[in-house]
Amino acid sequence: MLPQIIFGYFAIVTIVLSLVIITRKNPVHSVLWMLVLFFHIAAIYLFLNAEFIAAVQVILYAGAVLVLFLFVIMMLNLKEELSSERFIGEWPIGVALGLSILLFIFFSIAKLAPGPLGKFTIELIQKETHTKAIGKVLYTEYILPFEVASLILLIAIVGAMVLAKKRT
Amino acid sequence: MNIPLPDLTPIIPEIIMSIVTCALLTVEVFVKDKTKDFLGIICIGTALAVMYMIPMSQGVTFGGMFISDGYSSYFKFIFLISLILTILISFKFIQREDAEFGEYYSLLMFATAGMMIMASSADLILLYLGLELMALSTYILAGIKRHDTRSNEAALKYFLLGAFSSAILLFGISLTYGLTTSTNIYQIAEHLKQGETSITLLIAMIMIICAFAFKIASAPFHMWAPDVYQGAPTSVTAFFSVGPKAAGFAVIGRVFFIAFESLQMDWTAILIGLAILTMAVGNILAIVQTNMKRMLAYSSIAHAGYALLGIIAGTTEGLNAVMTYLLIYAFMNMGAFAIVILLEKGENIKDYNGLSKSHPLVAAMMLVFMFSLTGIPPTAGFIGKFNIFMAAINAGYTWVVVVAVCFSAISAYYYMRIVMNMFMKPMEAEAKIYPNPANGAALLISLLMVFIIGIMPSVVIGYTFQMFM
Repeated sequence: MLPQIIFGYFAIVTIVLSLVIITRKNPVHSVLWMLVLFFHIAAIYLFLNAEFIAAVQVILYAGAVLVLFLFVIMMLNLKEELSSERFIGEWPIGVALGLSILLFIFFSIAKLAPGPLGKFTIELIQKETHTKAIGKVLYTEYILPFEVASLILLIAIVGAMVLAKKRT
Repeated sequence: MNIPLPDLTPIIPEIIMSIVTCALLTVEVFVKDKTKDFLGIICIGTALAVMYMIPMSQGVTFGGMFISDGYSSYFKFIFLISLILTILISFKFIQREDAEFGEYYSLLMFATAGMMIMASSADLILLYLGLELMALSTYILAGIKRHDTRSNEAALKYFLLGAFSSAILLFGISLTYGLTTSTNIYQIAEHLKQGETSITLLIAMIMIICAFAFKIASAPFHMWAPDVYQGAPTSVTAFFSVGPKAAGFAVIGRVFFIAFESLQMDWTAILIGLAILTMAVGNILAIVQTNMKRMLAYSSIAHAGYALLGIIAGTTEGLNAVMTYLLIYAFMNMGAFAIVILLEKGENIKDYNGLSKSHPLVAAMMLVFMFSLTGIPPTAGFIGKFNIFMAAINAGYTWVVVVAVCFSAISAYYYMRIVMNMFMKPMEAEAKIYPNPANGAALLISLLMVFIIGIMPSVVIGYTFQMFM
């Protein structure tokens, strides 16, 4: 019973926090609420026994992505933001779209099948830990996508440089 | 733990492209040359070397994730040709446009490498990453004239809509994975042959279609194309209109013909709707354009519609027709853009008034490319359309072909308007041109290929298929 109660807490708080984030007038408040949200999502990953993803969620999202958001907010004119409307006129369409996606996931989730376990049984994962198991797969079976992803990151750096370089 | 090194032979072309590009990024910093032409020359040399290597590097590797077969080789050939022609028309042009960075060539190379990975991927994860590699490079290329607001707008629009389409693609892929427990295209096909189709599977497939339709600029996912084509530097526009489109068709062919083979009835029905809408939007909106690049953007939308007919046919003949069509389209479209670049002011359709009086040779070449885009014999454009329409008729879609021919007739209006402006309207002002050897070479190659394929189609098409298939 106790796990269900704890899971219920995290699930409900995640939903409430998401609503809080999109309704705040001050973008800085939104970002700080988001920090709290990311920790709750990390806890939900722990419930799925995915401790590696939970750690990545905290390090990358709570650590790096939020700082990036704060940098963007620094460039906004906060006073102007505060006086403007939080939602554009078409928000009911957004709500309808969101609800339809929710319904779609709700009805299709029963059809989804879990992927093949392969050699990764629960005992093996418990012995080796997630991080080691993911690392092994990433550097052997999925080495090619991993390398291509590194090229994509390189392009992101090159692109930032090209677009921000001083005019000569 | 002993990890065996995967067989690298099939992937050598992509490795060479990536390594040379990374080297270019480094070398560029140390060379103090005023112009960056030598980088372009290195890129062309690499592209030619890779083209030579492709037929020798066939096979499957990385646990069936990466396939280099005749199909992917042919598409890689198209990508490399479009890369070479783009670099040839870029040389002096990007200096004129004040967009000459060493990174320009590197980004073109990276985009091509991404397309090559897309064409070769047999796994949806790798396919997505290749697509992002291509897309990120093209977003930056669209905005490379960073002091020009139109170029900024193009980059931003392309980026936002592109990111949106990537998200839809990922959602579709993850649903497909959930339903079939695999991301490998061949295993998905195996799984789908046994199971029954569900609504969820259909929705997943529709999401994947949406994302690919965005990449080939097919209506109703074409909204970005005119603005991006207009705002980006013309040489980049030329690249966009050929490379990413061909890459989109490469993955459509692979994913729908293999992974979703058992759903052929469903995707054919969706693609027929898309193709007809695309041809209608492209051809009808092209009529009212006054800007040359916007007109060519709508014309490229229309051409995506024709090429979709070959996919709809659902036969090997149809797929071969699409591949031939894209090869021909690369030459004729690059040729038309080379002329736009050649002129000092080639952006407005009015600028072409009386061009035949001041520069008869330029006007004559433009005439050939316009005829080819319309599909008038003896140019290559006719052969391309003929093959596509024949494949669709043989597969039993006669009524779709009738619609396509009607729209094709409409297209003659806006292509011929350029020809009429050049030859029949009085000259308003002497048009200034910037001829240079590289652009001349690109024009010559395009012109020759348009005629050679147009006059002796079986020889050239047969040779390319024999070479790469």
